[in-house]
Amino acid sequence: MMLASQDRRGFLRHTGLFGLAISALTFLPRMAHAAWNKPAFDAKTMADAYKAMGVENPTASADVTLVASDIAENGAVVPVQAISKIPNTTQISFLVEKNPNMLAAAFDIGPDMLADVTTRIKMGQTSNVIALVKADGKYFTAAKEIKVTLGGCGG
Amino acid sequence: MPNPMKIRAASKDGVTEVKVLMNHEMETGFRKDSSGAPIPAWFITDVVAKLNGKEVMQAQWGASVSKNPYLAFKIKGGAAGDKVSVTWTDSKGETRTDEATVS
Amino acid sequence: MKRHHLCIAFAAVISAGAARAETDSSLQSIEQYREALRDGNPAELFEAQGEEIWKTPAGPKNVSLEQCDLGLGAGVVKGAFAQLPRWFKDTDRVQDTESRLLTCKEKLQGVDIKAIIKAPFGSPEKDEMNALVTYISGASKDMPVKVSLAHPKEQAMFNLGRRMFYFEAGPHDFSCATCHGQSGARIRLQELPDLTIGKGAGVAWTSWPAYRVSSGQMWSMQWRLADCFRQQRFPEPNYTSDVTVALSMFMAAMANDAKLDTPGIKR
Repeated sequence: MMLASQDRRGFLRHTGLFGLAISALTFLPRMAHAAWNKPAFDAKTMADAYKAMGVENPTASADVTLVASDIAENGAVVPVQAISKIPNTTQISFLVEKNPNMLAAAFDIGPDMLADVTTRIKMGQTSNVIALVKADGKYFTAAKEIKVTLGGCGG
Repeated sequence: MPNPMKIRAASKDGVTEVKVLMNHEMETGFRKDSSGAPIPAWFITDVVAKLNGKEVMQAQWGASVSKNPYLAFKIKGGAAGDKVSVTWTDSKGETRTDEATVS
Repeated sequence: MKRHHLCIAFAAVISAGAARAETDSSLQSIEQYREALRDGNPAELFEAQGEEIWKTPAGPKNVSLEQCDLGLGAGVVKGAFAQLPRWFKDTDRVQDTESRLLTCKEKLQGVDIKAIIKAPFGSPEKDEMNALVTYISGASKDMPVKVSLAHPKEQAMFNLGRRMFYFEAGPHDFSCATCHGQSGARIRLQELPDLTIGKGAGVAWTSWPAYRVSSGQMWSMQWRLADCFRQQRFPEPNYTSDVTVALSMFMAAMANDAKLDTPGIKR
């Protein structure tokens, strides 16, 4: 899918993100900006996505909560919220098992943030949605099936 | 120049909740136009949020974040009058920064 | 097209009996979904655009719309939407928000409004109109609908709207009432508001203009009505023509006293 014809360096040069990353490192030593994880966002299987993200042995945890409605009236906009009660949570990601590319968004949780983020994602069909939490280098998940209904004529 | 964001930030009980709406097409690259030609992917890849100039959150997004994205997150601390800024950068290298005052 | 045939097929099916319990829990879940969308309605982005368009000088005369009279006096935006459509003395016509905006664009800005009327929905011309309507509707949020039928032309417009609502035509003998003339009807999981009673009309009228999450577009009532006509296999009505204003007048007057939740958000 996205930017498939360009390699990462080309993408960076083209967009000027390279320069941004450098200046960020120079002026914001507090939080290093990771380069956009193209292999993870391009991955077409959960295994590939996890591999590209460096995820090993993710375990389901009751301390991770994925808040979403059971049914989404439209797959174009599906509200999702993930909350982690696991100490030292440093990243929260949303993945959709049955999307062409699983990884939707990854949030780095800095020390000044609560591990509680909300966004809206696209879903091509009914699927498990996974909230993936990184804490102390380990990975924890919460999953929920969200049904995507066929649209009617609309409002 | 991209259209502005809408940022709301409210402080309560030592936590500042930030809610952001962004103007963006978030094209997946999977869609076709009316003539059948594929519409190229075009989406926000990076989001950075700051409280009073200090970075508090960064995110990487793919094309499956919804069109006109919504984002909500919570910052420890923060008080009325503080400044929250949000910057996004997209796959074309376009960028937009907006700021709001915490209420 | 296939999808819309389905819509018509489904419109005739009213859920009942065994499927009821499952339907109720599904509707509950859908309500949860809608609630999650309400906080952070992207329509706010269009409101901001509309406000900027309203205040920015434009047209051959290079003036803004800030002196536009939406019924409460030149430049008064707050509360105006709650009382539209209404009769205007200067044009001697009953006008809805969009019709009135065209008058202002023509008179104040010297804009050739024929181009706006002809432009398809989704074009920049119409997008600008939709943003303006979104801004104006937001300035009446939480206010009760207060549409007057005191002027003879207002009453006549209401009567025309009611007649149009029940008017069966097209290859399928469809009318607005086919889908919106009974309570408890649905198309798949979308409840169809019964526009013949105050409650249903209230729910419908107070939620437009609306952000459509399916397309990421802002839809005005004019756009909604044009699409209803298409779904009924009627010819597309002219933008801001009397028949469209009449249907709005019918709905708005039926919705009187309902609280505006504008701009809305829809699937």
